[in-house]
This record gives sequence, C-alpha cells and structure tokens, in this order.
Amino acid sequence: MTLVPELEARSLSRWLWRQLTSMRTALILLLLFGLAAIPGSIFPQRSQNPLAVSDYFKSNPGTAKFLDELNMFDVYSSPWFSSIYILLFISLIGCVLPRTIEHLKSVGAKPPLTPKNLDRMEFFFELETGTLDRAESWLKKRHFRIRRDVDSISAEKGFMRESGNLAFHLSLILILIGVGAGSLFGMKGDAIINVGDRFINIPTSYDVISFGKLESEKNMNPFSITATDFKATYELTTGVPSDYKLTVNIADPVGSKEVAKVVRVNSPLTFGSTKVYLQANGYAPIVTVRDKTGEVKYQGAVIFLPQDGNLTSIGAIKVPDAEPQLGFIGSFVPTFARNSQRGAFSTYPEVLDPRLLISVWTGNLGLDTGRPQSVYRLDTTAMTRLSLKTLELHETFDFNEGSITFEGWTPWVNLQIVKDPGKIYALLGSIFAILGLLMSLFTRSRRIWVKTSADKSGVEIAGLAKNSVPGLESEIAALINEMRS
Amino acid sequence: MTSTNFAYLSNYAIYSAMVLFTLAFFSHAVEVAFSVRNLEDKTEFDFTRTKRSGDIGTVMMVLALVFLFVGVIFRGISAHRVPWGNMYEFSITGALAFTSAYVYALWRYKIRWLGLPVAIAVLLTLGTAITILYRPSAPLVPALKSTWLAIHVSAAIISGGVFLLANCIAATYLLLDRYENKGGRPVWALKLPTLEALDQLTYRLVAFVFPLWTFAVIAGAIWAESAWGRYWGWDPKETWAFITWVAYAAYLHARVTVGWRGRKAAWLCIFAGSTFLFNYVYINVWGTGRHTYSGL
Repeated sequence: MTLVPELEARSLSRWLWRQLTSMRTALILLLLFGLAAIPGSIFPQRSQNPLAVSDYFKSNPGTAKFLDELNMFDVYSSPWFSSIYILLFISLIGCVLPRTIEHLKSVGAKPPLTPKNLDRMEFFFELETGTLDRAESWLKKRHFRIRRDVDSISAEKGFMRESGNLAFHLSLILILIGVGAGSLFGMKGDAIINVGDRFINIPTSYDVISFGKLESEKNMNPFSITATDFKATYELTTGVPSDYKLTVNIADPVGSKEVAKVVRVNSPLTFGSTKVYLQANGYAPIVTVRDKTGEVKYQGAVIFLPQDGNLTSIGAIKVPDAEPQLGFIGSFVPTFARNSQRGAFSTYPEVLDPRLLISVWTGNLGLDTGRPQSVYRLDTTAMTRLSLKTLELHETFDFNEGSITFEGWTPWVNLQIVKDPGKIYALLGSIFAILGLLMSLFTRSRRIWVKTSADKSGVEIAGLAKNSVPGLESEIAALINEMRS
Repeated sequence: MTSTNFAYLSNYAIYSAMVLFTLAFFSHAVEVAFSVRNLEDKTEFDFTRTKRSGDIGTVMMVLALVFLFVGVIFRGISAHRVPWGNMYEFSITGALAFTSAYVYALWRYKIRWLGLPVAIAVLLTLGTAITILYRPSAPLVPALKSTWLAIHVSAAIISGGVFLLANCIAATYLLLDRYENKGGRPVWALKLPTLEALDQLTYRLVAFVFPLWTFAVIAGAIWAESAWGRYWGWDPKETWAFITWVAYAAYLHARVTVGWRGRKAAWLCIFAGSTFLFNYVYINVWGTGRHTYSGL
C-alpha cells in the first residue's frame, strides 16, 4: 500500500517536467522574461545609478520602501527575475537536449516510410509516364536523402534546418554559462587617479571594488599603471568633447620594465582577462594650506567632481592636522564667468581662465566619529564658517586661522578595471547563435514522395513543405517535367 | 566643397525628397480613390483606369529614395563620419531603410498597394526629423568614435525599417480581416492581396530581419564591452532591445512551432514592432541611461 503515494509522486513529477518542457510553457516563460525586464527600465537600478535610487527614496519614501520589498531597484538580480530565467533555461534544456539526441541519431538515417495515401498531401499529381529510377537519379542530383523501396521513393531535404535550430538554442545555453561564469569568477572596480600618479592593482588602490562569489583578491594581476599625460579635445564652438587620450606607462608585473600605452574611450588596456577602461575625467585643484604660524598643513591635488558639461567641479579640502581643524568647500571653474542667476560657472571645459571658489570652515571635521564620510563633501555640523573667497591662479587668501594658496591644477581620470573570464563564452555563444539562426531560417525543409501507380503505368508524386515555405511547387513541377520528358 | 556646403546640400536633398514623397503620396491617393468603376453588370470592377497614376507614384517614390540617399550620404560627408550621431540622423537613415525595404519588396512581391501608407509614414518621420529633431552637423562624442558605430547602428536601423514595414502589413491584415468578417471587403480594398498572402509576407519579413536584429544587439554588446567596460548592463535601451528580441522570438515560435496564423500572429507582430518604436522614441528622448544620443 505504501507504493501508491510514491507512484503518485513520481507521476506528478513526470507530469510537472512534461509541463515545464512543453512548448507552450517555454513560450509563456519567454514572454514573461521580456515583461519582467520592463520595471528595470522604469525604476532606477542600484547596479547602474545608486544615487538616483537614494534620491527616489528621499522624494517618495513610502512607495520606495514598498517597491524595494518587490526588488524594483535590483530587478535583474531579484529572486523573481532569476527564477523566470532559470525556469526558462531548464525548460529550454529539457526541450533541446532530447531533440539534439534524436537529431544526432537521425544523421545518416533514411527518411521515413512513404505514406500509404499520397493523395492527402498538399501537392499531389498522378502521371501516366515516369519511372522510379529516373526520379531517384533526379532527386540524388539535387542532394535529397533517399529511401528507395520496391514501389516507392521517400526523399527528404533540409536536414540543416533542424541542425541550425538546435545549434541556436544550444548557443543560448552557452551564453548563459558565459554570463554565469563572468559573475562568479569576475571582478569589477573603479579607481580615480591624478595624472602623474601610479596605480597598483591591489584592492587598497581602488575607490570601489567588488568580487564574484568564487573570486578573491589573490587572483588579481599585479600590474601597475602610471598616468603620464591626459589630453581632452573639445569642439571650440560647443564645448562638446571630441577626444580623450590618456597616455600611461604600464608594468606587468609591477616593477618590471615599463611600456608606454595610450588608452581611449573605445580602446581599453588589456591584461589577460582583465581590462582597464577610461571612464571619466575631471580636475583636481592643487592647493597649499598653512596655519596661523605659516607652517604648511596640507599640500597637494584634491579631486573635485564635475557637475556639468563645462566641468564646473565641486569638492572638499579637509585639513585635520591644523589646530583647530580646517575645512574648505570648493568649486573649481576652468573657464570663469559669472552672472546674477547662476553665480560663478564655467563656459568651456578646458582650463582657460580658472578660479577656485572656497568657503572656509573651522571646527571639528568629524573624521573620528566613526561615521563614514564622503571625501567630496564637508560635514559642517560641528564647524563654523569664516569667510568666502574667489581665488585666481597663484593667489593666496589669508583668513584669521591661516591661509590657502591656489597653486594650480592637474587632470584626473577614472579607471574602471573589469575582469570577466566568462565573456569569451558569451561571445562564442552569440556567434554560433547567429550562424544557427541563419541556417535554420534560410534552409527549406521538405519531403517528396514518388510511388508507382496502382496500374504500374506511371507514378504518383506528392510533396510536403514544413512550415509551408514556398518553392516546393516549382520543384515538383520540375520533377514532373523530368518524368514526362 | 566645404563641410558646410555638404551640410546644406544634404538639407536640400532631404527637402527635395520630401516634395517627391508628397507627390508619390498624391499619385497613390489618386490611384486608390479613382481606381474603381463599376462595369455595367455592377459586379466587376475596372482597375486599369488609374494604373498610370500608380506608375507615377512608383517613379516618384524611387526618385525620392535617391534624393534621401544623397541627403544621408552628404550629411555623413559634412560631419566626416557615418551619419548616425543623433536622432535627426537616425530618423533620416531610418526613413531611407524603410523606403528601401518597400522598394525592394515592391520589386519582389508586387505590393504597390503599400505605397500610400509608406509615403505617409516616411513623410511623418522626415517631417518630425527636420522640425523637432534637427541638429547642425557636428563631430561625434568620444564614446561613439568606433567602427562599431557603423556596424551596430546600421544593423539596428535596417532592422527598424523592416520591422515597421512588417507592422504596416500586419495592420493591413487586421483591417481587411475585420472587413471580411463583416461581410466583405470594401471596393477600394478588392485589389489588395489575400489575407493569407499578407500573413505570409509579414512572416517572411520578420524571419528575414530577426537574425539581423540579433546581430545588431550582439554587435552593440561587443561595442559596449570596449566602450563601457561591460557587454550587457540592462541599460534602458538594452533592456528594450532585448524585449523586442524576445517579442519577435515569441512571434517566430508561435508561428513555426505552435502554428499561430492570422489574427493572433498579426497582433503579436504589431506588439513586437511597438516595443521597437517605444525604444526608439521614448528611451531616446525621455529615457535615462547611456544611449541618450538624441542631441535633444
């Protein structure tokens, strides 16, 4: 008696499997996959624009919380999105693998037996003349696969249609493997470096870095990149960028002989499966900060973030060594202009007439509170403002607690470093997918039967085109001509 | 000649093409409107009456195609690059692809009846392009400076042109299908192909262009890998390109494997085409993400 539930469970799971791998389910899953991708194009995504997500939280806190419950800000890594594509691929594998095995078995096999009643076919003709031998040689010349029986021929052409179809679907699985391998064994990070600085590929050199689940910092290539020059070219009239060119010296591994290279937006550096991309650039004003006694408390380039196309940039200069601590909220304007509406702003992205606008703060920078702080923003909760000043190049501003000198500027570049060992499989999968698709969509698959007529005086000819593709009619007409000649 | 000269010539060529498309539109309108005259027994119709007007329409259409082609080429010469840097240029090239697809299909499948809707669609596209989308000819931003621009964008634009043509035919199918269910076609539609032929033609266009669209998406991924550091990032444009791909894949499966024909297939085709249009219009103009090159 205990056998019954077990049997039921087995037949239930078999039923489920059959349902999952049915064409209808696959189609529904495919459409669902498309639909499920839509919300990610409507709501901002953490993976692409975390700032927009936090803005959304600020402006609509209630809805944002609800949407977050539904993973609307991480659609493409959400459980429901993942489950749709995992089910789709299981369904695909369940559908394609048995068909592949069937198809491989049928390589070299003869076409199926000639059906009894040819007159039910789409094309059917009875001829007074013609012999099976002539039909066979005609069909052979046209590369049909032929089964010759005593009183009939069954011929088939278009085997590659199914081959292409299967190649296409198997390639999709290969792409999925590539994507999966990339996310498991990959690495991705960003580093901002000033021109003149050297970047060494270790985790502490990065501003942001993340590893795949099966990847660790031990596998990082130990290369180094020294940014020697950066040249941005702009359209004179519009200020639209037309070229970014970063010149670097690379050493792989670090310490070996340096080689000069050029990095552009569309031509990254390559170190094995790791690539280094030029993603953004901006200006870092160079300043010297002295305290009341004239002692230098800070000197160097401070990275400012661009706010518009003309590279008006903002940032913060923090001087924890001064007593009391000093902080500056700054705005770097490469080509200076001022009007009553916008205040100071830049009219061109190149440095033609630079200014450094600062507000001077004193008090506690809050660096030792343990709360994480942005290097581009000043936490002014425990500080008081002393004064405002617009500095020209090489100008020094004396305020009561000390002085600041605008010494110059250096460009900085944002390097994106990506390791993706899976992408080669995704690429191969894509190439095979297109080839398979072309093969399957442009191969006509059809069958032709020739049978000795009942009174043995002539032959019956019938044909069947899969998916009713055109062309069979004229082919059969040609065969009939041959039989009559 | 200087770049500016070429830019002006390009604009004149586009204006001329629009005039020719308008003439083609009127010729085809006359052809359709006056083609039918009841013969004596009131059961037969004479379609030969306005054949000449239709011929003039075809000639105008081909001439317009030539001018449009010149306009697109000169735009490219004036900017020293392929003419696919902003939405104005996408639109004029898209109109070129669409008209070429029509002229090719005209030669292959005898679909002159499509001349009227094609002329309307092209005029609307070009009209929007020169009034709202027009931007002076200018060089490309660094991210677009790549051989892949020519490959990826041309494949996408040609696919778009054929998608829209397939949509026109599917829409015609649905319209005629309604008439036939209500008791018969109106007189002006008697000359149009059978429902089955329209259905077949839609399928053939999609089957032809689906591999090209697949290629456009993959070429885009390869380019994104070298420009943006990842081959796929679910950028809004990528997401919608993928949705379009899925929708057409569903259409092909529905036809080939499940055996959908006729009305259901036509609706699915129109849905798939709409995802492409949505991507082109909405994501380019109002969307966010990295594909916002409309210049608006």
